[in-house]
Amino acid sequence: MVAIAAEVTGSPGWGQRIGTAIRRNPTIFVGGLILVILTVMAVLAPWIAGDPLKLTPAQRLRPPSESWWFGTDQFGRDVFARTLHGAQVSLVVGLAVASAASLVGLTLGLLCGYLRRVDAIVMRIMDGIMAIPSILLAIALITLTRPGLAIVLVAIVIPEVPRVVRLVRSVVLSIRTQPYIESAIAGGTRGAKLMVRHILPNTVAPLIVQATYISASAMLVEAGLSFLGAGVPPEIPSWGNIISQGRSFFQIAPWSILIPGAFLTLTVLAVNMLGDGLRDRLDPRLSRRM
Amino acid sequence: MNGKTAGEAPSLEVRNLVKHFPILGGLLQRQVGTVRALDGVSFSIRRGETLGVVGESGCGKSTVGKTVLKLLDPTSGEILLGGVDVTYFSQRDMWPHRRRIQTVFQDPYSSLNPRLTAGTIVGEPLENFGIATGAERQERVARLFERVGLRPESMRRYTHEFSGGQRQRLGIAKALAVNPDVIVADEPVSALDVSVRAQVLNLLIDLQEEYRLAYLMISHDLAVVRHISHRIAVMYLGRIVELADKRSLFTMPLHPYTEALLAAAPVPDPKHKSGRRMIIQGDVPSPATPPPGCHFHTRCPYALPVCRAEVPPLIEVAPGHRVACLRRPAGAEPAPLTPTI
Repeated sequence: MVAIAAEVTGSPGWGQRIGTAIRRNPTIFVGGLILVILTVMAVLAPWIAGDPLKLTPAQRLRPPSESWWFGTDQFGRDVFARTLHGAQVSLVVGLAVASAASLVGLTLGLLCGYLRRVDAIVMRIMDGIMAIPSILLAIALITLTRPGLAIVLVAIVIPEVPRVVRLVRSVVLSIRTQPYIESAIAGGTRGAKLMVRHILPNTVAPLIVQATYISASAMLVEAGLSFLGAGVPPEIPSWGNIISQGRSFFQIAPWSILIPGAFLTLTVLAVNMLGDGLRDRLDPRLSRRM
Repeated sequence: MNGKTAGEAPSLEVRNLVKHFPILGGLLQRQVGTVRALDGVSFSIRRGETLGVVGESGCGKSTVGKTVLKLLDPTSGEILLGGVDVTYFSQRDMWPHRRRIQTVFQDPYSSLNPRLTAGTIVGEPLENFGIATGAERQERVARLFERVGLRPESMRRYTHEFSGGQRQRLGIAKALAVNPDVIVADEPVSALDVSVRAQVLNLLIDLQEEYRLAYLMISHDLAVVRHISHRIAVMYLGRIVELADKRSLFTMPLHPYTEALLAAAPVPDPKHKSGRRMIIQGDVPSPATPPPGCHFHTRCPYALPVCRAEVPPLIEVAPGHRVACLRRPAGAEPAPLTPTI
């Protein structure tokens, strides 16, 4: 996502052309900019915000001030540091889930669109996965193993895969009937080459758009899981578990919930804006469907 | 190519070709009907010969092309490519034989991958069959470009940078790349401006003379077919109703449908007065529910009661002139028919 935003905002024509690009696609620009800022903040968190686990019991439940920008929680931990470190988790989850789901979904989708027998089996499995509520599946998977970021990622990826498979499969099925595919087959192109050279490139645009929606939804699911205590372990600050830990002190220290909540909302909004903008830019036909 | 040992074997021969498409319906996607796109089609094409296939839209002429190319699997019948029966070959078995039959598609806009350069598209068959690699392939592609009248420098351009006529030349170059015996041209000029049609058709004719190619030329346009074909097959609802030399077909059409088709074609001469002009009524019946007997009896002014019951066979009534009409028995002297109503 960040790479795309950079590509869009940093188009080679300089000054004027960048200005035109921004005016033409304001949602891509705004969404991308927010994500770039968040990423920079998350990456630099250890240097600009300090230790998110450091306890200063004398400074418990301080409201936002000059010394504690976002206040402190019930253990005297810096909410600013915790929020910025929480951004790392959210962004990693968003990026990793979107990439993994896209990769797995793309592979399965290509196979389904291409091989009838695989299609019948895989699509029934996908229907089955789609019938399971994703949060329940994640909780079930996590209770079976030790909590950790890796298992959270796996638990979120699985329910997202069917959406990608369906999308890629539908694109492949529609591309397959294009005359240029028949022309390539008549010219002796077959197998992997037909797929990679003639079919795959057409799936990229809708897949990028779908990936942004997946990353937004993955961040929300991760926050939900962490809030329920089934997500990342408490020693790793994530927006979900910050909110969860702060909820008993909501009336005296609302900042420890409102600030990470606002960050979560803003991030998901930015990702969705980027996705909407890219959808309109890359594939006008899709804009009515979603 | 051991198929060529037969010597006299036609480049492409089709015997009693049938292609039915199932109509699926209902909750369980069961077959509720059949579209009889091809209902027993037979013809053969020799080296250096062009067989034109004409008919209205929906008569199955494009299905003939796709089936002989094995882009569709035939329901029954035989397809012999240079004497080799490829009818029931799987895609894998068909692959080595694809070198011998190539195609030029109708729409030069959608039949070329917009994401590839012109040189890649034309060179792809060479790459596929391992005919030439690297610099040699570039060289051959450049020669192909020159042969079809394109500048070799344009190899690096994308297809949207070419005009319709140039794109069709690209399609022809791609078809020629592997030195095929047969080229199936499905409406090769119908998407082009009238001004460039003749250029493309003449290019096809020149290439035929040079390489002794056999063409299966599918078109709804009588003028196109007349310009390029040696023999012409007229199709109606999945069957060939008349198959004859070009001259014989145009001067002495024996099937009532051919007669109507010729009468419907505009003559570019304001002084032309058509003497006996035949206009048929109604539309082509659905190929899902074709009429019994002769498919044309519902619209034929000469139809007899027997036409509703009996399927007319395609028989040779004059040398090289075959027709499927019960009112044209073998050996009878061809004479104008009289309307029955």
